Amino acid sequence: MEIFGRLTIEAFPFYSAIAASGAAITVLGALSVIAVITYLRAWRVVLFDWVSSLDHKKIGIMYVMLALVMLMRGFIDAAMMRGQQAIASGNDGYLPADHFDQIFTSHGTIMIFFMAMPFLSGLINHIMPQQIGARDVAFPFMNAISLWLTVAGAGLVLISLVVGKFSTAGWSGYPPYSGIEYNPGVGVDYWLWAVLIAGVGSTMSGINFLVTILKRRAPGMHLLRMPLFTWTVFVTSILMIFAFPALTVACGLLALDRTFGMHFFTNAAGGNMMHYINLFWLWGHPEVYILILPAFGVFSEVVATFSQKRLFGYISLVLATMAIGILSFTVWLHHFFTMGSSADVNSFFGIMTTIIAVPTGVKVFDWLLTMYRGRIIFKPPMLYTIGFLVTFVIGGLSGVLLALPPVDYQMHNTTFLVAHFHNMIIPGVLFGYLAGYMFWFPKAFGFKLNETWGTWSFWCWIVGFYLAFMPLYVLGLMGMPRRMEHYDIAAWQPHLIVAAIGAFIILLGVICLGVQLVVSIRDREQARDMTGDSWNGRSLEWATSSPPAPYNFATLPIVQSVDAFWDMKQRGVAYRRPDRYVDIDLPKNTFLGAFIGGAGFVFGFAMIWYIWWLAILALAAVTLALIIRASDDETEFTLPAREVEHMEDERFAHLSKAPRNELADDPGFAGGSVLEGST
Amino acid sequence: MRRALAYRLLRTAAAVYLTLFSRSCSALADPVLDPKGPIALAQRQLLLDAVAIMMIVIVPVFIMAALFSWYYRGTNRNARYTPNLAYYWPAEFLVWGVPAGIIFWLSFHLWDGTHKLDPYKAIDPSVAPLQVEAVAQDWKWLFIYPDQNIAVVNELVFPSGRPLAIRITSDTVMNSFAIPALGGQIYAMAGMQTRLHLLANEPGEFWGRNVQYSGRGFADQQFRAIATATGDEFDAWVMKVRGSLDMLDAGAYERLARPSAKVPVIYYSGVEPNLFDKIIAKWRDGGSARHAPITAEATHTR
Repeated sequence: MEIFGRLTIEAFPFYSAIAASGAAITVLGALSVIAVITYLRAWRVVLFDWVSSLDHKKIGIMYVMLALVMLMRGFIDAAMMRGQQAIASGNDGYLPADHFDQIFTSHGTIMIFFMAMPFLSGLINHIMPQQIGARDVAFPFMNAISLWLTVAGAGLVLISLVVGKFSTAGWSGYPPYSGIEYNPGVGVDYWLWAVLIAGVGSTMSGINFLVTILKRRAPGMHLLRMPLFTWTVFVTSILMIFAFPALTVACGLLALDRTFGMHFFTNAAGGNMMHYINLFWLWGHPEVYILILPAFGVFSEVVATFSQKRLFGYISLVLATMAIGILSFTVWLHHFFTMGSSADVNSFFGIMTTIIAVPTGVKVFDWLLTMYRGRIIFKPPMLYTIGFLVTFVIGGLSGVLLALPPVDYQMHNTTFLVAHFHNMIIPGVLFGYLAGYMFWFPKAFGFKLNETWGTWSFWCWIVGFYLAFMPLYVLGLMGMPRRMEHYDIAAWQPHLIVAAIGAFIILLGVICLGVQLVVSIRDREQARDMTGDSWNGRSLEWATSSPPAPYNFATLPIVQSVDAFWDMKQRGVAYRRPDRYVDIDLPKNTFLGAFIGGAGFVFGFAMIWYIWWLAILALAAVTLALIIRASDDETEFTLPAREVEHMEDERFAHLSKAPRNELADDPGFAGGSVLEGST
Repeated sequence: MRRALAYRLLRTAAAVYLTLFSRSCSALADPVLDPKGPIALAQRQLLLDAVAIMMIVIVPVFIMAALFSWYYRGTNRNARYTPNLAYYWPAEFLVWGVPAGIIFWLSFHLWDGTHKLDPYKAIDPSVAPLQVEAVAQDWKWLFIYPDQNIAVVNELVFPSGRPLAIRITSDTVMNSFAIPALGGQIYAMAGMQTRLHLLANEPGEFWGRNVQYSGRGFADQQFRAIATATGDEFDAWVMKVRGSLDMLDAGAYERLARPSAKVPVIYYSGVEPNLFDKIIAKWRDGGSARHAPITAEATHTR
């Protein structure tokens, strides 16, 4: 047996200029990150303050950084596809079929697993514990493992550009096409192991978030006083815990088929591909709600804050969130109406699917009614929210259409479907996350993001979105299937050119996001948030300093109302100093989380290339790390009351000389207590 | 009334867009909005009905979003401001009630439409349909006409006005069979058969293809579907196919089944007996073709 399994020199992409340049960009990107860290002499900070950190806020920031990097990569894939389809009318375009197929697979895989999921975990990690008045998540070490396993999965997708090829089976990897018989190469294995390893991380994240919400709420934070974002995280965590195992099983069985010659999903020998499809969507449909519910939470926070008004229909919104959570497990069959089920079965799942439109509609109207009789301030997060409201209902409309089985028989597998789910995921999920990113950035870093560039990014994204995806609806009605590398119906081309222009405008939006970050870091001194309460906020995360102290709250807040912090400001107790401070226990830093992620990466790589000795070694390393951690009795350190007091003194010194909150100078400011009671 | 309005709106929007960007609007280019058979027509009607009924919630969202954003802007000090307004039961009643009412209405149409347009259901039980067996291969379609004992690659010819009953399987990965101008699609899976019933109201030439991504040659895996004006015209075509020198025996089938793309139309004047069932049986019972249990209807149970 070869010592490197099936890894040979031919795995490196010297066979094609486009593939080789993709590899070169990946390698150069990695090298330039290393060079920048070295140039800034920041290795000590990177390793000891970040990589080894168990602080939920730092883990959250690292998740979002991963998401933004993968957003770039996923977007490049999208742009390449739009470019190919815009020109490939009656000719082969610039991409060979094999390459185009890898690109649509990696685009979907990256955007779902390595952009949306980390973005979501990042926002939740950073904000949710602060919203419930907690000092950390329930299991800080497991949190680090989740992060680094996600990074490991993303690393496998990235390295597939350099060593070997990626899957061509689409982001859903349907067998038997994804089986060893039809795809003997390493591509599907890259996809499988990336998804499996990151999926384990996501399952653990779900457990962590749920236990945190159930066990770590501050005194008085009853379930029905939790902010809406926390409520959505609560439901999302439950979905993660129940849905992700289905994905792990589906991918695990497919891996057994591929690596050990089993026959769960093969054509022959008693396999049945329908079981995979069933299992995959049993995860896949709840997954879209896992992604979108926290975005709904962000919109709920943003719309109340920037309408300067209480959230309308809090109980309705909570009920709607829970209804969506439950219904999300009753609709998965609508992904395969065309697999030959009887009319009764298809009707049942179709009706269940349309029922989800009811709680979703309730949410949309409650947000609109929150704006009603408000004083709306149009900061970028609010722009994204309004853009979402208008655009999302179009996606909801097309979603209900696709839920009608007879319509789905026509529109399934066409670009109409592609337009539909992008219409849910870009305005629904991504706009929500970007709104959350701009809303909570000052909380995480202590300064605000530039609003001009933020506004530009919004307009580019929304105009680009309409141009890129409305033509796909039309093309779907014209019958164009998805995943076409070239086509010979000339009437399709003009629409695809419009879509490519849309992608170009979205590119400008992506650039605006980058410029916004750079400009904001450059001008950070002018945009400092000294108060911790960047937007005259309503929930407890605004009660901490920006950025928050390692312990978030020196004394745990006492909650008396739904808008806990708003209520404290009204009562003049928001900035009251405690009589005395106490010692606070915090988790010690450790490299074991990153080590397990690294070993997970090596394990995945070894399984992909059949390097068995290395796989066994990597598994042994993970086991060893877990034993070491389990044997460690001193995983926490104590921050003495003295030091807490010192940090809090500094905070109150800042507060006392804090300029008036910038929001108070906004012409739309409705009054209220920005810094009331600060003594 | 509403239906007509929504239809007109949709048609206008589509027409404006299409005149701006398209060279033609024929059935070839626009099969869903311009269907050529009763199944596709009914599917389009359901789509338009649903669009119309949902305008009851969509339009208010557009109006409220625009109106509230403008009127309740922070700088408009004349607008009423009620920072603590968080509950008003009539509003809650409406936001739950109206969407629920629409979905209730839609559910009946959904149930009804799904049963009427069940792809497994014969279109007109009083007419004997033309039987065709379709086999998906990498990357082409084989059509077997069991009653005529002929087979054709990448061309499906049938008389207009007479229902078409298609049994579908795959001899490779999962495919999905679709002729958008005539109706919906259904998956093709190895070791199983699925069914589709279609009908062309008028003669014409449509495109059909695999719409489930299946690998390298997927983009070119398409065929011409030709509805002849009369039965005689169809019979003439059958005679033409019978004139071919090629026979689809087991050996020829095996050669044909190998992966190939952009395959031209091939006529076979004779077919191995029970070929379709043998292709299904090949993948069952551990791969041996000992017997061919045609109970292998993919998941379709009643």
